[in-house]
Amino acid sequence: MDLNFTGEELAFRDEVRAFMDTNIPPETRRKVLEGVEVSRDDTLGWHQTLHRHGWGGPNWPKEFGGTGWDPVRQYIFEEESAAAGAPRLLPFGLKMVGPVIMRFGNAAQQKRFLPRILSGEDWWAQGYSEPGAGSDLASLKTRAERKDDHYVVNGQKTWITLAQHANWIFCLVRTDPAVKKQAGISFLLIDMKARGVTVRPITLLDGSHEVNEVWFEDVEVPVENLVGDENGGWTYAKFLLGHERTNIAGVGASKRELARLKRIASEERKDGKPLLTDPGFATRVAQVEVELMALEITNLRVLAAEAERRAPGPEASLLKIKGTEIQQAISELMMHAVGPRALSLRRGALAATYLNLRKTSIYGGSNEIQKNIIAQTILGL
Amino acid sequence: MRFSPTPEQQQLGDMVQRFFAEQYRFDARRKILDSREGWSRETWSKLAELGLLSLQVPEEQGGMAPAVVETLLTATATGTAMLLEPWVSSAIIGTVLIRELGSAKEREEMLVPMAAGDRIAVPAHFEPAARYDLHRVATSARRGGGGWVLKGRKSVVLHAPAADLLLVSARTSGAADEATGISVFAVPREGPGVALSQYRTLDGMCAADVELADAPGTLIGADGTAFAALATAFDQGLAVRCAEAVGALQATLDATVEYTKTRQQFGVPIARFQALQHRMADMLIHVEQARSMSYLAAMRASEPSRRERRRALAAAKVVVGNACRYVGQEAVQLHGGMGVTDEIAVSHLFRRLTALEMALGDTAHHLEQFVAASAQAEGT
Repeated sequence: MDLNFTGEELAFRDEVRAFMDTNIPPETRRKVLEGVEVSRDDTLGWHQTLHRHGWGGPNWPKEFGGTGWDPVRQYIFEEESAAAGAPRLLPFGLKMVGPVIMRFGNAAQQKRFLPRILSGEDWWAQGYSEPGAGSDLASLKTRAERKDDHYVVNGQKTWITLAQHANWIFCLVRTDPAVKKQAGISFLLIDMKARGVTVRPITLLDGSHEVNEVWFEDVEVPVENLVGDENGGWTYAKFLLGHERTNIAGVGASKRELARLKRIASEERKDGKPLLTDPGFATRVAQVEVELMALEITNLRVLAAEAERRAPGPEASLLKIKGTEIQQAISELMMHAVGPRALSLRRGALAATYLNLRKTSIYGGSNEIQKNIIAQTILGL
Repeated sequence: MRFSPTPEQQQLGDMVQRFFAEQYRFDARRKILDSREGWSRETWSKLAELGLLSLQVPEEQGGMAPAVVETLLTATATGTAMLLEPWVSSAIIGTVLIRELGSAKEREEMLVPMAAGDRIAVPAHFEPAARYDLHRVATSARRGGGGWVLKGRKSVVLHAPAADLLLVSARTSGAADEATGISVFAVPREGPGVALSQYRTLDGMCAADVELADAPGTLIGADGTAFAALATAFDQGLAVRCAEAVGALQATLDATVEYTKTRQQFGVPIARFQALQHRMADMLIHVEQARSMSYLAAMRASEPSRRERRRALAAAKVVVGNACRYVGQEAVQLHGGMGVTDEIAVSHLFRRLTALEMALGDTAHHLEQFVAASAQAEGT
């Protein structure tokens, strides 16, 4: 048992760190470190920089052009990326539809889609939730009816992150309404430029345009865009939900934000002294910091177990709950650290981050759903 | 980075677990708890036979120190078993104290019989007005009668009634709150000038307040420089308490899951109710976070920089302490009326967890310690 990185892992960390130092554009880095929303070009540019270096698929196996890194190296990469102020790589292609296509897609789909995810040519969106299907995802209604060599899709998806930039969307659609709800779902890849696809923005409580509604009206989708078996989609959907594990806890980003919180609280003054030296405030920061220290080790334990048995485990739910609680707690403390100035809603203001991060305990399976999973899968209740 | 023990370590861990599962079940433990002494010499001898009293004894004295992982695994198992015997007091803290302070001769004379189970030596350090402050020692020692005599009071000396020797900290110079000037003396429990007022702690451990009235003691190591050794010994104790807590936490969660699956109300097992399921999910998160920190504490307990060590151990104790409180209280609540009876394991586990949360510094104390150590590290 050893909590320290091996010499090889440390050398790898240094290599990643050096790469980050020289390759993240200064303006992009500034935005990330100051909590300002990054643009489409910032995200895409960074993805392409990584791709040119052979790091476009940090969590992908070598056979599909990925790095082939083990979970610990993936973790180091994520942590160093976050610490250095690199924009977050979008998970929708790399961590969601990519692994599904690798595992359940046919050779033609792998050849067609995977290289374009790796290079950043395609920007994917995730079409899961619907107005009537949130936590109860399997009750989704978007209908896909087979007509000759294509499906005709009708329905509405919602909370589609950055769909305004996407050119592809993977969707869960109902192909058989007559059977048990989980058994009639299929996994379909849809071209956003297809006729009948409409994107409507949803403005969030912080004023941002991050998510959208996506409407489908008689959209024709070629049959070759069906992944796996017709009506087998629920299995792939669950695989996908359990697969975004390596960074689900967001430890690297939380460490960066905690450092920022401490920086802010050292500059703020209370009774003429740094706020960070105020015992009450310092204790609140400390409480979050020790939780984060514990989460980092829990995360590494999960990764190590995963590396040994090479299968997703229900522990991801634990990481998601604790990780999002910590993200929210840090953003709340940052907002309180600046006192009345927190009321400003300028670009990159701390209140905006606090408001925006309320989403984290709701998305990706709400924290209550995660507790159901823990209760049923781990505790057997 | 590696989280699995080596096969040899795992073997030892399995053996210890098996031993407690077979020979230290709830009823067997209950007999010991209800006995006059409150601990069992027979169990103690078996722990010695299994080699569990020599984990912190140096190799020169036939021991296994540092045995980081072996100590962690054993401590977790003793936590599950709610061990009543003075393993932490004598085989961990007492042993480390002598190891760190003693000359080769003193180590040989004291640690060899301790490892064999023939002698028990426990620290008598904390004082009535000191709370958890390690450096606050008012008990004094002066030269007299060809040696040293001690005067003062020590409070809640765990396992003092079971001990042959008390390892008493006393001031040979300096003011009551100075780290320098503290020495450690071996004082026979039955020696002259030593008065024990015995009682059980809230979790059933035998303990005593100790009054020293010109009690003769033998200085261990050098005069006036014992603070670093005390810090090392109690830090090791802290790491072990964290691992112990994890064993007790897991047992508490398991007992609660089991109980709610069998207890029927409204025609269904109460485990079906989501309000209870979510609370048990929260308990599990606490247990796993505490387990992670017990690893950190074990790995950092012998870190040479005291500040780094303090920071890690304080963080660990905060997370573990919060878990002890949450999991213990929730377990009792979820057991309903049964939870507040003496009859079943969960109320014993709850009492143990309550004591562990306070052991060697409660959560509030360690949050302060963590803030102080972090501020030092960051230079603010």
